[in-house]
Amino acid sequence: MTSDSPVIEAHGLSLSYGSTRALDGVDLTVPAGTVLGVLGPNGAGKTTAVRVLSTLLRPDAGTARVAGFDVLADPQQVRRRIGLTGQYASVDEDLTGSQNLTMIGRLLGLPRPAARARAAELLAGFSLTDAAERSAKTYSGGMRRRLDLAASLVGRPKVLFLDEPTTGLDPRSRTEVWDVVRRLVADGTSVLLTTQYLEEADELADDIVVFDTGRVVAHGTSDELKHRTGAQTLTVRPRDRADTATVLQVIEQVTGAVPTLDGHGTASVAVRSETVLGTVLDLLSTQGIALSELAVRLPSLDEVFLALTGHATQSENEKEAVA
Amino acid sequence: MTAATATPTMSVPEISTTPKLPALQQSLTLAWRNVVKIRHQPEALMDVSLQPIIFTVLFVFVFGGAIAGDWHDYLTYLVPGILVQTLMFATGGIGVALNNDIAKGVFDRFRSLPIARSAPLVGAVLADVVRFLTAIGVLLAFTALLGFRTTQGLPAAALAVLVAIGFAMCLSWVFVWIGLTVRSAGAVQGVGFLATFPLTFGSTALVSADTLPGWLAAFTRNNPVTHVIDTVRGLLLGGPVAEPLAWTAGWSALLLVVFVPLAMRAYRRRV
Repeated sequence: MTSDSPVIEAHGLSLSYGSTRALDGVDLTVPAGTVLGVLGPNGAGKTTAVRVLSTLLRPDAGTARVAGFDVLADPQQVRRRIGLTGQYASVDEDLTGSQNLTMIGRLLGLPRPAARARAAELLAGFSLTDAAERSAKTYSGGMRRRLDLAASLVGRPKVLFLDEPTTGLDPRSRTEVWDVVRRLVADGTSVLLTTQYLEEADELADDIVVFDTGRVVAHGTSDELKHRTGAQTLTVRPRDRADTATVLQVIEQVTGAVPTLDGHGTASVAVRSETVLGTVLDLLSTQGIALSELAVRLPSLDEVFLALTGHATQSENEKEAVA
Repeated sequence: MTAATATPTMSVPEISTTPKLPALQQSLTLAWRNVVKIRHQPEALMDVSLQPIIFTVLFVFVFGGAIAGDWHDYLTYLVPGILVQTLMFATGGIGVALNNDIAKGVFDRFRSLPIARSAPLVGAVLADVVRFLTAIGVLLAFTALLGFRTTQGLPAAALAVLVAIGFAMCLSWVFVWIGLTVRSAGAVQGVGFLATFPLTFGSTALVSADTLPGWLAAFTRNNPVTHVIDTVRGLLLGGPVAEPLAWTAGWSALLLVVFVPLAMRAYRRRV
């Protein structure tokens, strides 16, 4: 296969569970060696898309090729070239870390010594050597997720599916997982990653698609999406409440938009680029106004959603439609 | 290092080094997984270790005097029955275990690997042999202490164990199917008991069919469990073997023909 043909190519994927349309005509393309971030709330169809592309589910309609093979016609060929790390760490808790990885090596046809060597290599690469002989149920959430990632890499996949790889992890473990993903991509692995965190897609993904109720509602790079949503938020809070009026005035002067003010005296307004930060800071400091907070932050998933779809996420009420 | 570890990350794993019977090797690897799980938590063998003892004590000492007049005579009659009965109850565990594996997402991993579709199920069935052997070992050791002796020699006794385990492995596929079809592990247990209770108690495990009312005797004589028990009884204590053995083989084949495809279909459909 040539390196410039996409490793994942899906057209019109549709799948319903009863009356719920989990996927409704999804198109996806992942060029070789890149990371596609699939962003969306619970129930948007992200997990279903991953399960179809990793041959666990058959779509009702549509076609998909992964690593050069059709997921419906050649599922075994696809399985030889993919790794899957699910939303819930699917390691065997009763087995040790080493046993988990050795088992997968054996299942992939490696002779026992080679399977053990591969397991040891991966455990070392994921800083799990010390825990290698402990049963996985004693692992922390972050360790378990790293073992799960290692398990999906035993067969050296060309394409890696990561379904919400950091959901439920503490910030440090999350950063560790991000580092692992970056290393894999540097080695040439292509990745499809689903996430509920815009920050995660921003950190890792070359391209982002936004899912809503089984459809792709937006597609682009992180910057393109930010521009489309225009939803970076500038927040300014003066140390002295008496300066609030001046702050509001300066912000309006710089951004041309009327800021909102919350109960804590924080003024915020949507901005298109972080360059306004310097201008606002300069103007306020020449007027001698001390600040206790000044930031431009990325829009939250909710804000992106509101901007792209015109409605809020429904993550509170709707569970992912997959058991 | 092997060729596989020397290849760069991008390359496809060297599946060509797979042994001649990949499906068998995959099944054995997954059976090994289940056996390792038992080693990590030996309490998983508690049911098959205690059940034969409890059943023996219960039936021999509570009912033995009333049924046979003398508990010692009844013990001799009862051991083949308890042996098969214990295996019948032990087969249900596989459905619960499979249901748990699916709930935990472990099977998603297996299904995303380039392995035979049947391997995880065959592996689970093979691993249950450890549970069956434990149950039989405990039963024969305990009843030997009480004075039970086989009369047909070791080879016949070994064949009896083989027949009982072989039937149990075929029966396991019923529970594999139930475990994959029913939503929760608790429900698996419920459905399992509904199926095994009439079959085990409506057999010649505890009493001869001659003592039963006509309609029940008819059921009992045609109950597959009766054929297995009669075979085991013949091989351990003497008596006709050929006919019940033929029936046992027939029932075992029928179970496989019906429930292996059903289980495989349920496995493919189960999300």
